[in-house]
Amino acid sequence: MSHRSPLLAGLLFVAAICHAQDAEISTILKVGPEAANNASAATATAALAKSPAAQLPQILAALNQSNDLAANYLRSAIDTIIDRTLAAKESLPVADIRSFLLDTRNHPRARRLAYEILTRVAPGDAAGLLPGFANDPSVELRFDAVELLVKKADALKESKEKDASLAAYKTALAAARHQTQIDKIATELRALGETVDLPKHFGFLTHWKVIGPFDNTNLAGFDAVYPPEKEIAPNAEYDGKAAKVRWTEALSSDDYGKVDLNPVLGETKEVTAYATTIYNSPVEGPAELRLGCKNGWKIWFNGQFLFGRDEYHRGARIDQYRLPVVLKKGKNTLLVKVCQNADVKDWTREWEFQLRVCDATGTAILATDRPPTPKSAPKASPKAAPAKK
Amino acid sequence: MKAIALFSLLLPLSNASAADWLQFRGPNGSSSANDAQLPGALTDSHLAWKSPLPGRGISSPLVIGDKLFVTASSGPEQDRLHVLCLRASDGSKIWERQFWATGRTMTHPKICVATSTPCSDGKHLFAAFSSNDVLCLDLEGNLVWMRGLTRDYPNASNSLGMASSPILAGDTLVFPVENDSESFAIGINTKDGSNRWKITRPKASNWSTPVIVSQTKDATSVALMSGNGVSVVDSVTGKERWAFTGGGSTVSSAAMDGSILFVPSKGTTAVKLPSNGGEPEVLWQNSQLLNATASPVLNNGRIYTLNSAGILKCSAAGDGSKVWQLRTTGPYSSTPVASGNFLYLINEKGLLQSVDAAAPEGAVAASIDFQDTFIGTPSIGHKALYLRSDKFLYRVGEKSAAIDARPQP
Repeated sequence: MSHRSPLLAGLLFVAAICHAQDAEISTILKVGPEAANNASAATATAALAKSPAAQLPQILAALNQSNDLAANYLRSAIDTIIDRTLAAKESLPVADIRSFLLDTRNHPRARRLAYEILTRVAPGDAAGLLPGFANDPSVELRFDAVELLVKKADALKESKEKDASLAAYKTALAAARHQTQIDKIATELRALGETVDLPKHFGFLTHWKVIGPFDNTNLAGFDAVYPPEKEIAPNAEYDGKAAKVRWTEALSSDDYGKVDLNPVLGETKEVTAYATTIYNSPVEGPAELRLGCKNGWKIWFNGQFLFGRDEYHRGARIDQYRLPVVLKKGKNTLLVKVCQNADVKDWTREWEFQLRVCDATGTAILATDRPPTPKSAPKASPKAAPAKK
Repeated sequence: MKAIALFSLLLPLSNASAADWLQFRGPNGSSSANDAQLPGALTDSHLAWKSPLPGRGISSPLVIGDKLFVTASSGPEQDRLHVLCLRASDGSKIWERQFWATGRTMTHPKICVATSTPCSDGKHLFAAFSSNDVLCLDLEGNLVWMRGLTRDYPNASNSLGMASSPILAGDTLVFPVENDSESFAIGINTKDGSNRWKITRPKASNWSTPVIVSQTKDATSVALMSGNGVSVVDSVTGKERWAFTGGGSTVSSAAMDGSILFVPSKGTTAVKLPSNGGEPEVLWQNSQLLNATASPVLNNGRIYTLNSAGILKCSAAGDGSKVWQLRTTGPYSSTPVASGNFLYLINEKGLLQSVDAAAPEGAVAASIDFQDTFIGTPSIGHKALYLRSDKFLYRVGEKSAAIDARPQP
């Protein structure tokens, strides 16, 4: 028989739980590609889901180091623990979850989950915290906080308080990172007579040099290596699809940074082109290139191939593709290949892309020498018939 | 009915009841549940309940005993994946699980990330999303495994959205991930989510759903559609057994009845399965039986097709000959479902129409106007019709109809 004191026994019990929990979390974190460690992760998740609610902060903390698959296993355990605890009318460690939420060193996804737990068990407290998230690293917390700012601005507009509503919309715009909110706020600001530089707000790159068209007959140009993939020589001249081609300027004045190649290179089909620009970064460190493109495309950053996609005319939007990069302070070189297919339907005319540089929240990282957003740029003729050759 | 006979062959392999609705378009993709007795003379009183959903979705609900399972997606980026379990009796929520998408979530605005319909063996739920995330949960909501197929194969996505639904072939989950770029179909081991096989498929967008064409103790054949036609593959190896190369839809899906595969191809084509390694035989082809976004419905020896103008055509399944045709009120994105002598059609604006298929020229018997947006296909289970809009799940049926509860495994 043991002669341990009740306190010691209790401490040992808690230590045993923590040890088991650490092992289960460690197993879950090993989930990887193509179902790697799925089976052991399932067993560990089932065991972890039996943890007492007091362990929730530790499991939330494990989200800080999990990949996106493992995060879902952990979340499954967390949801199960919460459902079981609340069904038993027992309490959650609200204070610890609240502290976890407010510590911005924790992963944005984990903090958002902590917030949603708080909305279930302490909705008043969660609502009180929400306005403080307008500049939060969590995009979702920020989104909801910006909704409050927009509602406040809308109310001021409704009550005809023009100056106050203008100020409120400006505050909302400064915080907003999601396109739907930015669209709404920009529309309101413009209606109030304010100038809004959306390309600058988003961080779109608006000044490019482009060259083409090169051949993309039968879509072979997507894989073909044309000279700009080997060198970026501003004064070079190459054999294009139908004639000699040289680098020329392409600007974008579009709110969403769309660089339209048709008016610059001619509206033709089965072609490809390259666009390049120098981005002078104010900082060194991780960032995202966010691309939108409905044509086939490839992208290189500082000479390194990042990704390519041979999908044509299935739609494009801001931030369609998020490409993590590490910025060098100072000069960084971007090269984008944009391919056009043979389809001549009206909705396949676009030959364009949009690209911005931002952090993980979508906050623009503006180049040190960012030129003013162009007031205008060449437009494609709305009635011009596309030529296949 | 042959389809029901085939389905009953499959039942011993699963834990399901014949009255369950376990996949997109129900047994064999027939969209038919002959054993369910649903009211034909619909009135508003037949709306038993409506239950709010936490996000968007056009996936169909599954009906397993006295429980319903449905998916949804939410969030500013539609990257929250929801799986819900509700009571069939009153629509109350039993559990909900959320997951974070690992793949791209962009879709055409008309569809959303929760477009694929889950499937089940009666013990587990297999849910797929447009982000190419595939989840296996038990019926209590516990995660068994998860795959991020765009995470594994980065160019597997469609900027318009993915919509094919997975189907179960024994202990293999067959899921087409067909798109303009990294296009494939995959057979996933249901036990741990690992690949049994992965085959290259035509580089083209494809939203159709596979269907099982034959199943024995040792072998299951699954029909994968594409613009080229139908490729019938072994569910264990992914190897092609035979093919129909007469073209096919990439939107609507084939339906199976006995030894005949009804393919949305040049209208509709009835293909007799080959025997002993022979070639498939085209029994009939009818270019007038256009399918638009709806898939053909098989019921009581008849085939029903719904074209883009809302014309519902009833034909003899044996030879494709016309029985009747009827103008209904569209527009539609969904496939009708059938029970007894009635078909149920929900248009995009929320008008549910019951069609009396036994009437000499067919007839719209009654309707209910939900005044809600419906893109997804209804499900039938245990004497009720279940429909989901972007916001609600609805139960339609006799209020007195008992829910067939059965012990859960």
